[in-house]
Amino acid sequence: MDWTWVPQYAPKLLEGLWLTLQLTFLSIVFGMMLAIPLGLVQVTGPNWLARLAFGFCTLIRGTPLLIQLWLLYFGLGSLFPSVPVIRETWLWPILREAFPFALLAFTISVAGYSGEVMRGAFQNVSKGELEAARSFGMRPFKVLKRVWAPRAIQSVLPTLVGEFIMTLKATPLAATITVFEVYGVSNSIRQNTFLVYEPLLLVAGIYLVLVLILVTVFRYIENKMPQRALR
Amino acid sequence: MQEFFQDVMQQLAFSPPGWGKNLLWGLFTTLQIAFGAYALALLIGIGGMLGKVYGGPVMRLLLEIYTTVIRAVPELIVLLLLYYAGTDLLNYILIKLGYPPADINALLAGILVIGIVQGAFCTEVFRGAVRSIPVGQIEAAQSFGMPFWQRFRRVILPIMIPRALPGLSNLWLITTKDTALLAVIGFSELALTTKQAAGATKSYFLFYIVAALIYLCVTLISNFVLKRIENHYRRGQKKLA
Repeated sequence: MDWTWVPQYAPKLLEGLWLTLQLTFLSIVFGMMLAIPLGLVQVTGPNWLARLAFGFCTLIRGTPLLIQLWLLYFGLGSLFPSVPVIRETWLWPILREAFPFALLAFTISVAGYSGEVMRGAFQNVSKGELEAARSFGMRPFKVLKRVWAPRAIQSVLPTLVGEFIMTLKATPLAATITVFEVYGVSNSIRQNTFLVYEPLLLVAGIYLVLVLILVTVFRYIENKMPQRALR
Repeated sequence: MQEFFQDVMQQLAFSPPGWGKNLLWGLFTTLQIAFGAYALALLIGIGGMLGKVYGGPVMRLLLEIYTTVIRAVPELIVLLLLYYAGTDLLNYILIKLGYPPADINALLAGILVIGIVQGAFCTEVFRGAVRSIPVGQIEAAQSFGMPFWQRFRRVILPIMIPRALPGLSNLWLITTKDTALLAVIGFSELALTTKQAAGATKSYFLFYIVAALIYLCVTLISNFVLKRIENHYRRGQKKLA
């Protein structure tokens, strides 16, 4: 095994790692911002909106993320007519503009999967708690903010963490649309150094550590949540 | 509008300028890989579960490493590592035995790598299902003097299967979608065929939409069938929350 290339490529790897973290974090944040309303309208929304949200979740959960990514980047990207202004600077922006597509694809994916989780979560908060909140004179939005949403998220936090780990583990796919996150960097290292295994093993190790950190952070958050020993 | 539809029909036609036949062949390959890999994953899952629940400390440690590492490292990277390591190992053995190095059959390699990855998830599904069996039921079987294999076949398996089914259904859906990752390695299944079709015709949007719809159909049909299977095995039992 030959690891002499590591110091030389360390800055590039760190850049890639930073991109991976950005992609994961932002898509989880934006995705959850979509997932909560997606779950909510399926429980309380008007019928047409509930059906629409359900259809969206089914569509996202029923197709591979790789196809979604390529559909957005190659498909949608090719639909935008080539505006002359964009064309003048051709090579540079391509590297920079792949990231928004990746972020969009991952956000939609998180929204679809977590939206389904949140539907079940909102459904399973017991009626009595919501009635209690209402009997305090809380307006519907305040009930949602103070009781319904926190209780729902609390009950499915482990499942959500599972979805977040899936998202983190899906980020190498972004390399297929020229986003040079950590796996993409390892690929270019492999091409430069003709090493087959070492760069891949390093990236595997990096992901292993990232998943462990994510799990530990969420376990800490889970323990912080006040809980009544009911079950 | 009519021209547009004509154009679409032409591109998806089954005869050569159209890509319909290639896409269908891609779907066929994808399904072959998915079925093969799923069967392999079920075998690994049963074996892994037995090892984890009844095995000795060394066996348990090894299995724990297998399931933890595979589940924590991105599928794509595991697939690449397994693929390269597998080909290298095979050729090494072939050369040692005095044969020329061979190209591995792509289909078989796809089935093996996806199967080994899903096997780790499957092991955990089965383990969870076995853990949820009330101990009293197994003790009752023991007190009847049933030997292990009889106990396994008559008590553990029948109680375990309905409990494992939701997880197993999920795994099947993930497996069908994971086959798309093989496109990155260069297996020409549905995703890669779509990419080739899109690149050749320049109608990127059309072909990716069609591919997405094909995958969606596979998922919806699977959902329908899996629901029937689950209902069959859960007949007479309480509904899960």
